[in-house]
Amino acid sequence: MARVVVDVMLKPEILDPQGKAVQGALPRLGFDGVQEVRQGKRFELEVDGEVDESRLAELHEIAETLLSNPVIEDYTVHVEGDGALSGKHRA
Amino acid sequence: MKVGVVTFPGSLDDVDAQRAVRLGGNEAVALWHGDHDLKGVDAVILPGGFSYGDYLRCGAISRFSPVMTEVIDAANRGMPVLGICNGFQILCESHLLPGALIRNDHRKFACLDQALRIENNRTPWTSSYAEGEDVTIVLKNGEGSYVADEATLDLLEGEGRVLARYVGENPNGSLRSIAGITNERGNVVGLMPHPEHAVEDLCGPGTDGLGFFTGLAAAVLA
Repeated sequence: MARVVVDVMLKPEILDPQGKAVQGALPRLGFDGVQEVRQGKRFELEVDGEVDESRLAELHEIAETLLSNPVIEDYTVHVEGDGALSGKHRA
Repeated sequence: MKVGVVTFPGSLDDVDAQRAVRLGGNEAVALWHGDHDLKGVDAVILPGGFSYGDYLRCGAISRFSPVMTEVIDAANRGMPVLGICNGFQILCESHLLPGALIRNDHRKFACLDQALRIENNRTPWTSSYAEGEDVTIVLKNGEGSYVADEATLDLLEGEGRVLARYVGENPNGSLRSIAGITNERGNVVGLMPHPEHAVEDLCGPGTDGLGFFTGLAAAVLA
């Protein structure tokens, strides 16, 4: 088994009203100096066997077709404990 | 003609859409998200609501439901398809329409009687309106802000594919005040506001929405 983490973030040019709401709440709680907050999603996938190149390609396909919407979001795929097979992908 | 209305788990406006279809003079056929079957319908409506709880992204999971495989096939063959609100989100997730719908810029759920200008009356869903006609129907959404990149927005405007625009104050932050769009062929329409809630005088802001359902048969048979 391997654990694969997919992080999905709204593209920088897309407005993030939720992040803005979080940022707006911080000064009310007495936390100052946070200039911007952007909110994303983190998916943890437990996959069978080793994560080889073909499995990694499939994980990118999963991230691109279901976990993210490439029109408005970017994603990154990381295989936990394996620096070599991690990769950032801007859709 | 027979107009199918898809019910997904979490659809809210399927029954209202069926009623609007009947008031528009057509036969409403209930379609189920889990069936690979369009039951011989001539057109399909994807209604509003919160299909699959809006989990992941609005429309993201519905897009892969069995019935959507059939709807996408039929749409690509030219069948008229109307996605209202959550249905519009599903059509964008399905890549039948460009762009996406994100959370309203003011972060609040919007529920109001909304004025729109019909800019394209050449689709089967808008043929009973005059070009440039203003109508008032219901708008109710939390994630109704239409976004696309500049090139896509220019293309939509250049090809006359902006179906309708909000009149007056922009209610949700949609780029260029876009309320609805159509595909290149003109058979697939996505609209954020709800014409099916404006088909009778008893409730809603009037009957301005009825035209989406009455013009259909004439447009398809023409």
